[in-house]
Amino acid sequence: MNLLGKLSWDAIPHDPIVLGTLAVVAVGGAALFVFMTLAKKWGWLWREWLTSVDHKRLGIMYIILALVMLFRGFADAIMMRTQLAVATNGSEGYLPPHHYDQIFTAHGVIMIIFMAMPFMIGLMNIVLPLQIGARDVAFPFLNNLSFWLAVSGALLVNISLGLGEFAMTGWVAYPPLSGLEFSPGTGVDYYIWALQISGIGTTLTGVNFLVTVLKMRAPGMKLMDMPIFTWTCTWANVLIVASFPILTAALAMLTLDRYLDFHFFTNDLGGNSMMYINLFWAWGHPEVYILVLPAFGIFSEVVSTFTGKRLFGYKSMVYASGVISLLGFIVWLHHFFTMGSSANVNAFFGIMTMIIAIPTGVKLFNWLFTMYKGRIRMEVPMYWTIGFIITFSVGGMTGVLLAVPGADYVLHNSLFLIAHFHNTIIGGAVFGYLAGFAFWFPKAMGFHLDPKLGKVSFWCWFIGFFLAFMPLYVLGFLGMTRRLNHTDNPDWNIWLYIAAVGAFVIAIGIAAFVLQLILGFKNKNKNLDKTGDPWNGHTLEWSLASPPQFYNFAKLPEVHDLDAFTDMKEKGTAYQRHASYEPIHMPSNTNAGPIMGLLATAMGFALIWHIWWLAGASFIGLIVAFICRAYASNTDYYVQPDEVARIENAHLDNVAKG
Amino acid sequence: MNLLLTRNLSKVALAALVVLLAGCQGGVLDPKGQIGVMEKELIITATILMLLVVVPVILMTLYFAWKYREGRGEAYEPKWSHSTKIETVVWVIPIIIIAILGVITYKSTHALNPYKPIESDEEPITVEVVSLNWKWLFIYPDLGIATVNELAFPANVPVNFRITSAGTMNSFFIPQLGSQIYSMAGMETKLHLIADEPGTFDGISANYSGHGFTGMKFEAIATPTREDFQEWVAGVKANGEALTTERYEALVEPTEYHPVEYFGTVKDGLFFDIIWEYMGDMGRIEFYGKPEYGAELPEGVILPQRERTVISHESEEASH
Repeated sequence: MNLLGKLSWDAIPHDPIVLGTLAVVAVGGAALFVFMTLAKKWGWLWREWLTSVDHKRLGIMYIILALVMLFRGFADAIMMRTQLAVATNGSEGYLPPHHYDQIFTAHGVIMIIFMAMPFMIGLMNIVLPLQIGARDVAFPFLNNLSFWLAVSGALLVNISLGLGEFAMTGWVAYPPLSGLEFSPGTGVDYYIWALQISGIGTTLTGVNFLVTVLKMRAPGMKLMDMPIFTWTCTWANVLIVASFPILTAALAMLTLDRYLDFHFFTNDLGGNSMMYINLFWAWGHPEVYILVLPAFGIFSEVVSTFTGKRLFGYKSMVYASGVISLLGFIVWLHHFFTMGSSANVNAFFGIMTMIIAIPTGVKLFNWLFTMYKGRIRMEVPMYWTIGFIITFSVGGMTGVLLAVPGADYVLHNSLFLIAHFHNTIIGGAVFGYLAGFAFWFPKAMGFHLDPKLGKVSFWCWFIGFFLAFMPLYVLGFLGMTRRLNHTDNPDWNIWLYIAAVGAFVIAIGIAAFVLQLILGFKNKNKNLDKTGDPWNGHTLEWSLASPPQFYNFAKLPEVHDLDAFTDMKEKGTAYQRHASYEPIHMPSNTNAGPIMGLLATAMGFALIWHIWWLAGASFIGLIVAFICRAYASNTDYYVQPDEVARIENAHLDNVAKG
Repeated sequence: MNLLLTRNLSKVALAALVVLLAGCQGGVLDPKGQIGVMEKELIITATILMLLVVVPVILMTLYFAWKYREGRGEAYEPKWSHSTKIETVVWVIPIIIIAILGVITYKSTHALNPYKPIESDEEPITVEVVSLNWKWLFIYPDLGIATVNELAFPANVPVNFRITSAGTMNSFFIPQLGSQIYSMAGMETKLHLIADEPGTFDGISANYSGHGFTGMKFEAIATPTREDFQEWVAGVKANGEALTTERYEALVEPTEYHPVEYFGTVKDGLFFDIIWEYMGDMGRIEFYGKPEYGAELPEGVILPQRERTVISHESEEASH
């Protein structure tokens, strides 16, 4: 028996681009290691962060993960755009199909699963418990475990860069292409295990936050008193719990096909790839609403805060989100109208898809009427919001167009489609997360970022987006399909050049964002947020210090209004000093999460390379670690009243000083 | 701020205009067949209908953002958050637009159903399409010829395509003629197209199918008359070798940028052999028996029989 399975020296790619990337990562990693060791920070990192069960710290770590993966996924995007800009008129370009096909697959997987999802879940982690006046989530250890499972999946994707290959199937990994017959390498196995492990983490997150919202709201807060961001996250969590198991099952069947010679999706022996395609989109379509609904929530919070108004049509917003969630489950077939379904089936799914435009349109109007008779402060989050409304209107329109089967028959899989979903995912979800990032950054970190650089970043993203993706709409109309490695049509060239320029303009936007962070940390002490309420916020998170006390609320707040904190400020009950405090029951940090994450990574890696002994050992290790955690007794502690009083008084003194 | 936003808006409008103008350069807005023409009209109608909502939303956003910004001293009502009138209007307007679009969608989906034969006085011709890694095989069952990566048919004559795959999934697409349909192994899909004028059009696979995908192109030639088409057929017959089962198996081997090939004769029922290669173990399933799906076998064709017919054998016994 070979102890290393399929793994050998040949697994290391010989491509100069990949080797260069690996060298940079190695040097960077070594520098970080030396720095951490010299600064004696390892113990601090482990105790304070990696093992933390504090939802705010987990949220910050999720966002760090998302940003790291954003750089990776964006590097892929730049490579694709430059390849297509140079590989015109029949020229081969610099990326051969073997490399290029991995890049577009990795770009899709990374941006959806390891950038957008962690970003969304990170913001939800930081904000949601604070908005409902809770001290943590329902299952703090599970929250930590979810994070580490997400990291585990991300690690596997990145390992594939240096060992073996990533899938060359597109991010949807349709069989029979993704089956053993046409993809015998390790690429699809990396794909399967990265998605499977992180997907289970996501399902656990969905369960965790649903229970949190149902059981841990502050006294007086009815469901229809929950802040709108919490509501949209809740709908997203309903979708997660209902749809991610479908992904898990579809991937499990693909795994059985590839590992144990099953024939769910193979061409022969009764397999049928259409089943995979249906299952994939039965998850995949709700997934895009999982990404975009919380972003809608963020825009709602931002608009109502920076107009200094109540949100217009709160109930409409809640119901509209619910309708979007439900309809999101019965539209999956619009991803493959061209499969040959009957006219009635295609018409049904087309019309269902269009109906989603109704609640979405209502939301747009509600944001508009929130601005109406408001007093708008043009801060960075508001820029993102207005940029979003404009961009998303266009993306929504092209989406409805694609939902008309007769139009889709010629636009399906074309660059028009690529332009459309980037228009909604960048213009909708990513703009939303960046608005949320700018909005809640002072809350989470305790200091402000430079708004000028924030605006530079916005304009580069906004203009870069239009430059990069409007040409793709045109190319779609000109008959250019997706995933081409090079082109040979002089009419297309100009549009491919403009799109490449657009990608570089977005790159400047990302650079401005990074610079903003670097300068922000450097000048941190000059820009401290002392009051905890920098924007004159409406909801409970702004009633706390920035960053919030680790126990969040010294006394659980009594909620009497939708805009709970505004209500307190108006009634003069905000910032109350209490004579005495109760002890606060808190969860202890645990090393079970990172250990299980590491074991899951090892198991995934072993399964990819057929190192069966390691797969078995790490699986048993996972079970043992879980049982140990389940029987552990030192999982909680009490914060004593005198400590609470000291922290609270320090904060209230700060507020009083202004 | 506002000026810049306005400037960007005009950029969007400009891009939209360019998109419409781009129709003059080939592609799906420059259709040369009835199906494509209908689809282009559908795209334009739907877009205009949606612009009725989208343009006011964008303009109102910019106007409100400018009018109600801090420091202009406009009316400020921090607690105003509900108006039944406005809420009714904002629900009703999208509902009306979508209702109209829904009716258009229902009708157009039936009218453009790729499985629906095109009405015409001309006798249609049938082409069996097989996607191979990475090339297209076209079989003309009525003419007994086959080609690789070159497709010809007379203009103004409906073409009935029957489509399958011998490996990965692809999508059979001639952008200037209209609709595309997936090709899937072990399954037959259908597509009906017509060219309104003669010409040579680009044909592609519109579904990624592996590393030779980019080169999976063919030329679709619409000849001016039936006589020109017969001439092309005669040329294929004159130049071509026979497409036997053995020759087909050699053709299945993956190749990239496969040159055009002509086959003067074709094994009868090759298209069915290719589908049944994958379905043989399932017994003859009912799907093909249904008249509406119609796959009646050409005369004299015997479906490939395999050794493993245990299931059907047992069920026969049970019925005795």
